[in-house]
Amino acid sequence: MITLGDYLIVSGILFTIGFAGVMLRRNLIIILMSLELMLNAANLSLVAFSRFRVGPTGLPDYNAQVFVFFIITVAAAEVAVGLAILVALYRARQTTDLNDISSLKF
Amino acid sequence: MSPLLFWIFALLTLIFGAAVVINRNPVASALSLVVSFLGLAALFMSLNAYFIGIIQVLVYAGAVMVLFLFIIMLLDLRAEEGRRINWVTLAAGLAVALILLGQVLSVIGHFKIAHRTFPPLPDSTIDDVRNIGAALFGNYNLPFQIVGVLVLVATVGVVLLSKREPR
Repeated sequence: MITLGDYLIVSGILFTIGFAGVMLRRNLIIILMSLELMLNAANLSLVAFSRFRVGPTGLPDYNAQVFVFFIITVAAAEVAVGLAILVALYRARQTTDLNDISSLKF
Repeated sequence: MSPLLFWIFALLTLIFGAAVVINRNPVASALSLVVSFLGLAALFMSLNAYFIGIIQVLVYAGAVMVLFLFIIMLLDLRAEEGRRINWVTLAAGLAVALILLGQVLSVIGHFKIAHRTFPPLPDSTIDDVRNIGAALFGNYNLPFQIVGVLVLVATVGVVLLSKREPR
């Protein structure tokens, strides 16, 4: 049978993949995609806990699913703003590579 | 859900999630991300969270991915060619990621509740759209309105950011 731990392990590995993407890739668009992977890994563990905690009414705990709904909304807004910043940056510098954007480097 | 289906969708999510990071071509990364999100939506469905699964497909596999692909094609981003891989950075990044993974797995291993299976639900249909809606407009009404304001602010910000500066 599938346990809660299996879902948590999948969620943890997915989060690590997203984290590695943010650490390793230098392309801003791939970094934004990796951020989405990390947010979705958090969503998966929230939904798994929601299904695990069945209340006295015999239904899953819907508070976690409302929280996931909020995360999805905020993530969509974040992608829109992030891509707008990317377009503005590309207009100014003609690149999306982080190695070429180092004006603020100490 | 049968364990076989769970592992199929979990592997689909993880393999295509890794493909997002590994691919050099941004378009291939974006398409891998779609497949990864579809696998994740199937996992949500397997947890009886049908509404969240549908939202996942509509918002992520639909809207967000169209936005990503649109920007990639608009900026005409090519695969990064000729850029030399910095092996020290690669090794350090992989090491930090693997340490994180080890910590997460060890925490889950020591978490006693994680070894239990999911409690059964009653056989009647689960009306989860109604239940989430009741929670959203009842208990979580104020956060819901704040999120509405946030989306409005994001819209205004995006319009401002993409407006061309008059010279």
